[in-house]
Amino acid sequence: MDKNKNTYKLLCIVCPEGCEIEATEIDGEFAFEKGICKRGQDYARQEIINPCRFLTTTVRIKGGVQTMLPVRTSEAISKDKLAEAMQQIASIETTAPIKLGEVICSNVANTGIPLVASKTVAAI
Amino acid sequence: MKKTNCDVAVIGAGPAGLAAAISAYENGARDVILIERDKYLGGILQQCIHNGFGIHVLGEDKTGPEYAEHFIQQVEKLPINCLTETMVLDLSENLTIQASSKQGILHIQPKAVVLAMGCRERTRGAIALPGKRPAGIMTAGTAQRFINCEGYLPGKKILILGSGDIGMIMARRLHLEGAQVQAVVEIMDCIGGLSRNLVQCLQDFDIPLYLRHIITDIRGDKRVEGVDFAPLGDEGQPQLDKKISLDCDTLLLSVGLIPENELSKKAGIQLDKITGGPIVDKNFHTSVPGIFAAGNVAQVFDLVDHVSICGMQAGKSAAEYARGELEHFSESLSKVKAGPGVGTVLPQVLSGPADGPLKFYLRARQVTRKALLQLRNSQNEVVFKKKFRTVRPAEMISVTADNLDCSANEYTFELIGEDNG
Repeated sequence: MDKNKNTYKLLCIVCPEGCEIEATEIDGEFAFEKGICKRGQDYARQEIINPCRFLTTTVRIKGGVQTMLPVRTSEAISKDKLAEAMQQIASIETTAPIKLGEVICSNVANTGIPLVASKTVAAI
Repeated sequence: MKKTNCDVAVIGAGPAGLAAAISAYENGARDVILIERDKYLGGILQQCIHNGFGIHVLGEDKTGPEYAEHFIQQVEKLPINCLTETMVLDLSENLTIQASSKQGILHIQPKAVVLAMGCRERTRGAIALPGKRPAGIMTAGTAQRFINCEGYLPGKKILILGSGDIGMIMARRLHLEGAQVQAVVEIMDCIGGLSRNLVQCLQDFDIPLYLRHIITDIRGDKRVEGVDFAPLGDEGQPQLDKKISLDCDTLLLSVGLIPENELSKKAGIQLDKITGGPIVDKNFHTSVPGIFAAGNVAQVFDLVDHVSICGMQAGKSAAEYARGELEHFSESLSKVKAGPGVGTVLPQVLSGPADGPLKFYLRARQVTRKALLQLRNSQNEVVFKKKFRTVRPAEMISVTADNLDCSANEYTFELIGEDNG
């Protein structure tokens, strides 16, 4: 019996097919059922090892034509960092004018990934 | 009353309207007026702060505001006349527009009009939801606007009815903002939105999903206090003995979108009972000569990219019509129908002659594995076919067919599971 054998079931979201992928991990090596495409296998591997998500949220903005500034992480961050990132972002308040793509916070939840503005907001 | 003439007037500055206005100008229309009732351009994209926009059109995964800004910047570089905070009140069959603005009532006489009013959310009234009528019941889109644009959390304990994309996206958004999302309740056997949202909005945060369940009661006098829901039995009746009661202070509805066509009706445009939008040809020309319809006003799309593509085509056609270079389709031309297995099809009319490939947007009626899509002509001959591994009602199918004879033919799209023959 293998000591380090794990099986995972996940729903593939790479394309509209929406395959149900069953992956078996033995000592860090992954095995897939027949018919799972290369992109699906890459997706599943990433989802099992370190699932990452773009975080999109808002921060308060002073002196602007709007009160909320939509922001995003410039790259996907580890899924288990989302809650910590939200805590950190809750205390941020910025000031208009802000340009699309401007860095709002240089390091989200110690990932080294910045938070950037996803909209231009003019000052009043 | 202020009177203005122009080549092309576009009603609505969401993704369809922005693309239509740019395309109308780029295709030779010189006086283009873009009319928007909100203070800012961008439409609903402004509140859709999540990503997933633009993968097809821009080759990048953008958020709603980023996607909108890409088009707004182009509009602002061109001499397009943007009338914001201007609400169109009337549109007539001879294309006269009456609008209310800060300057008073405007009277606009364009040579061509593009309708780009988008769609609106189905509300409680439309689905006959039982129970009391306390505060705290709103559409998912309203909650989205409260949180993302106004900065208010609409509640702390949330129940969501309907698993459309906005509903699932709001489940994640509310969870991340610290609210407790009790459940998503869906009447159908499958989710109403895209699978990526099932994974990244519900499964990521362990938000319970109840398929084939229906709300049986809403509790609370002043504010929502809780919701009861029950599984559906074989005959579609709620099984009250298996009722689940959950406490919540807010109930969000994500139960479908309806194309916004009040103006189209005023102009006497013929509507398709199934899509809820105007009947259009490949140029997005409606039954009224000179009026075009693009985006969700014609049919509810699931990807903004397709909305922009339709907007571009409609804008180009409107510019051509304004110059007198495009004819209106006549009654005698070919019609396209949704046959077995197909929910909706766009365009519904083929204006001839077919001078190249024709793009169709379809929606499947049900989830079908190994599906075969066929297009038959009046002689029942198959003139086009394409295979799909899986088709789902939530994910629109777009196909391109070549060499169709557009003179007085009746075409029917059908979707069959290959296993059933």
